[in-house]
Amino acid sequence: MSSALRIVNGKIYDPANNIDGEVRDICIQDGKIVESVPGDTPKIDAHGMVVMPGGVDIHSHIAGPKTNLARKFQPEDHRYDPHPGTEFTRSGAGGIVPSTFATGYRFATLGYTTVMEAAVPPLSARHVLEELEDTAILDKGYYVLMGNNSFLHRMLEKGRMEEFRNAVAWWLNASKAYTIKLVCPGGDEQWKGDKNATINQIDEKIHSFDITPRQVIKALIDTANDLGLPHPAHIHCNNLGHSGNYTTTLDTMRAAEGRKAHITHIQFNSYGGEPGKNPTSKAKEISDFINENPNISADVGQVMFGKSVSMTADAPLAWMLRHVKERKWINCDTECESGCGIIPFEYQQNVYTHTLQWAIGLELFLMAKDPWRMVLSTDHPNGGSFLNYPRLIRLLMDRDFRKQEAAAVNQKALLSTSLLDLDREYSLQEIAIVTRAAPARLLGLKHKGHLGVGADADITIYDEHENREEMFKTARYVLKDGHLFIKNHEFCADPVGRIYQVAPDYDKKIEDEIRPFFDEYYSVQFDNYPVFDTHVETEIVPTYPVQ
Amino acid sequence: MKLTVHTPPEVPLEAEILSPTSLAGLSEAEVSALIVHHGNRKEALGEFFSVNGKMNGRLELEGDLSFVKLIGQGMADGEMFIEGNVSGHLGCGMSGGRIVLNGDAQDWVGEDMTGGSITINGNAGHMVGSGVRGAEQGMLGGEIFVRGNCKNEAGGAMRRGLVAIGGNSGDFTGLNMVAGTVIVLGEMGIRTGSNMKRGSVISMNPARMIPSFSYSCTYQPIFLRFYLNYLRDVGFEIDDAWLNGSYQRWCGDAISLNKGEVLLYQS
Repeated sequence: MSSALRIVNGKIYDPANNIDGEVRDICIQDGKIVESVPGDTPKIDAHGMVVMPGGVDIHSHIAGPKTNLARKFQPEDHRYDPHPGTEFTRSGAGGIVPSTFATGYRFATLGYTTVMEAAVPPLSARHVLEELEDTAILDKGYYVLMGNNSFLHRMLEKGRMEEFRNAVAWWLNASKAYTIKLVCPGGDEQWKGDKNATINQIDEKIHSFDITPRQVIKALIDTANDLGLPHPAHIHCNNLGHSGNYTTTLDTMRAAEGRKAHITHIQFNSYGGEPGKNPTSKAKEISDFINENPNISADVGQVMFGKSVSMTADAPLAWMLRHVKERKWINCDTECESGCGIIPFEYQQNVYTHTLQWAIGLELFLMAKDPWRMVLSTDHPNGGSFLNYPRLIRLLMDRDFRKQEAAAVNQKALLSTSLLDLDREYSLQEIAIVTRAAPARLLGLKHKGHLGVGADADITIYDEHENREEMFKTARYVLKDGHLFIKNHEFCADPVGRIYQVAPDYDKKIEDEIRPFFDEYYSVQFDNYPVFDTHVETEIVPTYPVQ
Repeated sequence: MKLTVHTPPEVPLEAEILSPTSLAGLSEAEVSALIVHHGNRKEALGEFFSVNGKMNGRLELEGDLSFVKLIGQGMADGEMFIEGNVSGHLGCGMSGGRIVLNGDAQDWVGEDMTGGSITINGNAGHMVGSGVRGAEQGMLGGEIFVRGNCKNEAGGAMRRGLVAIGGNSGDFTGLNMVAGTVIVLGEMGIRTGSNMKRGSVISMNPARMIPSFSYSCTYQPIFLRFYLNYLRDVGFEIDDAWLNGSYQRWCGDAISLNKGEVLLYQS
């Protein structure tokens, strides 16, 4: 492979550097974007094509124990979707939860080069890291679950915030994670400990501790900010999926008190109505709050019609939904610092709730004043497979297509939302923001999501096509670290991606407190729990602690 | 056309092309040149079989077929007569035509079949007429007759059609059944009808029912006479006493829809 390359004649969309469709050259040397390269450097002629940074997915479930369980749980889903190997790539199985290699290749085919796994209990860190290592091509990292951690709950109960912060930092180091994830903070703990009880308000007491979810949320948001993590606390709010949950979402965002926080798949948390009854759309209220509060960012978690898998660390939610379809479901990750439930699912256009969810997601996109803080996700595979992204992009970019699709959905649900009144169409530049530039910025990955000098040369080149779904379905060329691996829609190499982690400093004395807790409650020895540095190769993303 | 094994494969041979449907219109030379997977290698069919005669809707196979898988996959018409023991997936996904096997078959006979008939004049393995792992429904139609015994999960997740076993069946007969009929003239193993929604599992011998089945009555089902006479016509040995006998009816599975039935002959 030659280490230098020049991309010529392409229309460049690089929102982070305010380049909007200009025809320019991009020069690449040794995996990075540079000012210039010698005249005789090999060229890619991107005439009539669109050049963007490689896609960045801020929230997908691509590896870890529950992803793997969902694979094992649905052999029938893999059957009709084999992923054959090629001269350069390995084979795998597709379906709604593809195998590791296939996940990497399929994401790469869409033009994505960085994907974050969204929720893994720290006890399963080794598993997820090994699986990420085998997820082809992509750069990746994962968020470690901390919202239902008994040790942290105890520290919080005693008001020992210094120790709390040190323990969080120890856990991040021990698990080699990228940031803190909260899923239904306090809710799993309660559900596991108290016969399927759920928490409905974030100011309710968690039964086994003298604290509330609000305290957990606040403490973890503060800690992520204080430790200077590149990406703030990543929050899956309480009451997800329940009618009337938008107040919980607003409360959660207010709990941040101006500090940075990311609310994930917020569509699932934007419902009005009475609990137990049909939901209504509260996209406007949620959108207004986010528009006015620049400390909050979110990804949408769009629902797309067709097959999906509800795969969540929110065990109480899975338990509630277990009989929605008279099919199989399963719980896992119960005896650790989290919970989990998996339910194969299908979103149907004629169903009121499903249509409402679809419409709320689109409302959130179309009402967002700042696309840098409302980015694209389907919470793969919860709202639908990541393979739906091209279709979702078309829904955002093409008003007529949206209207045409809207004609086929449940009209009662549709008319209760304002979707038909929203005429906004996303531009290519805005799509580049919500699929690349913004997620990279929110993740604090300074070398990703843009094409400025010094950036990683992760670049996607699409054929320009009026049908945006077709356009974004398969990239013409994709480069990873300057290495061309998709050429004329075909794989021509199989580069290996990195695993990102953070390693914030902490006071080692906290280990003397955690060790006895392990001796007493864990099935794993304290010394065996942290992932050894030699276990997998990772790249540490710097943290900037607040003094 | 007749195919005779001259070199038995040493590892599984994936011979999904061996059906009257996919060989229709081909000459001897063309059939010999067809490519099959032998383990992970591609080889010509002629490396293992000698091919004789013209293809006229009737295919005969003979020899040591115990490593030949997927015979009759997707078969839609014609007749196939097989002498010898075959490996798994016999007639999987077939939609029409008829397979007669003089020998034993291994697992997954008629998996996912939608029509046609398979007659096995020997024993069959596990998963006769069953759905693939994880699937909500398996066999959607057609008939499978096994003269001898079969192993576990006969009729698993079947939705329509008939599976008749002349000998004994293994455990979990009619597991996850959605509808359809399984008749076992011999004895069934344990846990019959687990998680069945609808459908009938019938046996001429007593069976131990799981607790989620409830006894409903003893009666003389008229429909069963038609079934048993039909089985007699296709060559099963049917005792006259079964035709007018009384049968215990058990309903279940209560953990599922509870609309299935297990009928047990009461002598």
